[in-house]
Amino acid sequence: MTDTEYTNIEDTGLGKKAGGPVEWLDDRLGLAGMAKKNLRKVFPEHWSFMLGEVALWSFVVLLLTGVFLTFWFQPSMNETVYNGPYNPLHGLTMSQAYASTLDISFSVRGGLLIRQIHHWAAMLFVAAMMLHMLRVFFTGAYRKPREINWLIGVGLLSMGLVEGFAGYSLPDDLLSGTGLRFVDGLLRSIPLVGSYLESFMFGGEYPGDVIIPRLYMAHILLVPALLLGLIGAHMLLLVYHKHTQWPGPGRTEKNVVGYPMLPVYAAKAGGFFFVVFGFTALMGAILQVNPIWAYGPYNPSEVTAGSQPDWYMGFSEGAIRLMPNWESTIFGFTWSWNIFIPGVGAMGLLFTALGAWPFIESWITGDKREHHLLERPRNAPVRTALGVAGMTAFAVLWIGGGNDIIATKFHLNIYTITKTLRIGLFVFPVIAFMVTKRICVGLQRQDANSILHGYETGVIERTPSGAFSERHAPLPAEIQYTITTHDRLPMLEAPAEADKNGVAAPHSRAAKLRARARKFYYHGAVDKPTVEDVHHAEEHLGEIAGHPVELGDDFQGVSETGVPRVH
Amino acid sequence: MGLVVAGGLYAAFAPRPATAEEASSQQIEAGRQLFLIGCASCHGKNAEGILTKRDNNYGPTLVGVGAAAVDFQVGTGRMPLAQAGPQAPRKDPEYTATETSQLAAYIASLAPGPAIPDSEYTDYSKTTVEQLREGGEFFRTNCTACHNSVGAGGALPGGRYAPSLVGVSAKHIYEAMVTGPQQMPVFADTTITPEDKKNVIAYIKKVQSQPEYGGMAGGGLGPVSEGLFTWLIGIGAMVGFAVWIGAHGARVKKR
Repeated sequence: MTDTEYTNIEDTGLGKKAGGPVEWLDDRLGLAGMAKKNLRKVFPEHWSFMLGEVALWSFVVLLLTGVFLTFWFQPSMNETVYNGPYNPLHGLTMSQAYASTLDISFSVRGGLLIRQIHHWAAMLFVAAMMLHMLRVFFTGAYRKPREINWLIGVGLLSMGLVEGFAGYSLPDDLLSGTGLRFVDGLLRSIPLVGSYLESFMFGGEYPGDVIIPRLYMAHILLVPALLLGLIGAHMLLLVYHKHTQWPGPGRTEKNVVGYPMLPVYAAKAGGFFFVVFGFTALMGAILQVNPIWAYGPYNPSEVTAGSQPDWYMGFSEGAIRLMPNWESTIFGFTWSWNIFIPGVGAMGLLFTALGAWPFIESWITGDKREHHLLERPRNAPVRTALGVAGMTAFAVLWIGGGNDIIATKFHLNIYTITKTLRIGLFVFPVIAFMVTKRICVGLQRQDANSILHGYETGVIERTPSGAFSERHAPLPAEIQYTITTHDRLPMLEAPAEADKNGVAAPHSRAAKLRARARKFYYHGAVDKPTVEDVHHAEEHLGEIAGHPVELGDDFQGVSETGVPRVH
Repeated sequence: MGLVVAGGLYAAFAPRPATAEEASSQQIEAGRQLFLIGCASCHGKNAEGILTKRDNNYGPTLVGVGAAAVDFQVGTGRMPLAQAGPQAPRKDPEYTATETSQLAAYIASLAPGPAIPDSEYTDYSKTTVEQLREGGEFFRTNCTACHNSVGAGGALPGGRYAPSLVGVSAKHIYEAMVTGPQQMPVFADTTITPEDKKNVIAYIKKVQSQPEYGGMAGGGLGPVSEGLFTWLIGIGAMVGFAVWIGAHGARVKKR
């Protein structure tokens, strides 16, 4: 490489011209120091770190397309007669909200495309948030110091659901009205205060004539502002904590290995925005979404088969469909368990469990250290298994929400589906837990095995006596480092029953519970080999067939017949 | 089946415009011969129905169901039944149009019942915008709860279902409304007049034949297929792009 002559930027033509205005700005804003530091901010590289970015960019797409839609949408339940170009509804009396959504779809130039981009981006937004959250969960990225950011993320997800649902309800078509009826039922199922809540929200009895203006305010002002604020806090904390990274050579708890913000990361992230926008535009252009004209205007006496919420509320719909029809009357009040438990309970349980988990885990493990290196899912078998069990329960409810579509498309009995899922809700997550944990432990064993005995080269050797064996070779040092850099398992100790004076230990019940939880959390996990194990393997297993043998740098793998490919 | 009978009986007493042409005795006799071969094993030699030992219906009586019921059940291939099940599925018809009309003539000769509709009630080609709107209102009020807003069909309890209305002829939709086959209620002419029935048919045909505004529609199934597209196409592509961008770092060496 030859030395390159550099010209300082202030001596270039651009520098001379831009210097003045930039200095003017810096004198007033004083941002140069901050920019200097943050433009060189390093972000680690991994595809799974970009899932949250998908959510962020789809939110930007939502803001842009949403602004366009507000130009034409009229959030009013006042009645009007439709005179637009869509013939089957021509002359029909309907709310202004529905009529203006029809106009956006059929009369406004590009309106249908923007509406469809908005809807696809919304569904993608929630999906990407969930996927991002799963990545954070399975890699343990929520551990100290990022618990607050995890909670903000949980808040973002819940706000995303509310925002999506409010948007789904705005067009006042038959489907969105049916969805609102569902929410009305949820509200009224809350014991004692249900009917009051309904009155507050709908301004009287359902459907009333204020819900759409109110939801509109929530959809374009309140919730987006909350989302923006939470996203801002989420990003600030990300910058403050620095991004987590996968373990590997040169990566420690005290550094971040990756690319600087400028030019690399900014280019990648900026480019990714256009990828997200472009792809949602493509989906909006070729895939129909929420054809409100096909549903017709909302009328409380009508309903259409296949009425479902958008996918992110499907678990809630499914919980209600699976719940047996329990209802009781106590002191003259109706207690609608059939809706309250699955409707309010499923959502409450989901978000409570998500919010509480980081604190439960650190209570179990007793780990109060900071973590900037991610944990491979296999090295926390119980956490990974619990995550998969939770996903399974979510999936069971999700499938339950679409039981009628599944019944007709797969020619099944809808009752059989419902009964199977009722039992499955309790059985499948347990099976998923056991299977996942077993797979994690198996992978841990495989890691330990490849440290002690090397990896299988594919080279088959034959001894003079005729026995065949496969030659193993030691893993490259960087891989050995990467798969053994996690913590050792802790020693599990029974909690002290009594202090040194023989007095029963305070908090002994909590301590016992914690000891049981620790036993459950670490049970079955395989510890990484100790240094002694490795030395033992090196010194004493050398003569045994199958023990790792150095193959040298020129080893190029083996041919199909098992002969080493060496130059 | 009770509904079929009730509908048939109702139609027998309710006066209605004469729509069927008078069947000749030859046709009736030909229909009886076909009936004895193909239908009598379940419905009885004189279409009086057969009861099982436990007084369940083996094959219901067809006296009074009318020509419309025969034309619908045989013309859409639902009868003869291939196998017992929760519901007779639509399939290719076993009888030709002539044979079907002979069977219909025979059943109609047993007792009065709903007749095959005149083409003036099934020809929707001259529907006005007002009629189309009216048809839509009737369709959403009476039909979409089971058949879905674009007639894509829907699930009913116990393995039964409201079938898809895609590709069903106007005549058969009309006949289904007057006779109420299987799970379907009867929509007698006093409930929905023949003109309104025609409008409903016109609306169904319109929403199924108009272009799919906004792109590929996923079968008119609503949010379930949209959710599927979100995850399979949307998230699938996004993860694909993320992996692609992640694999092309500034300093990633490709071997």
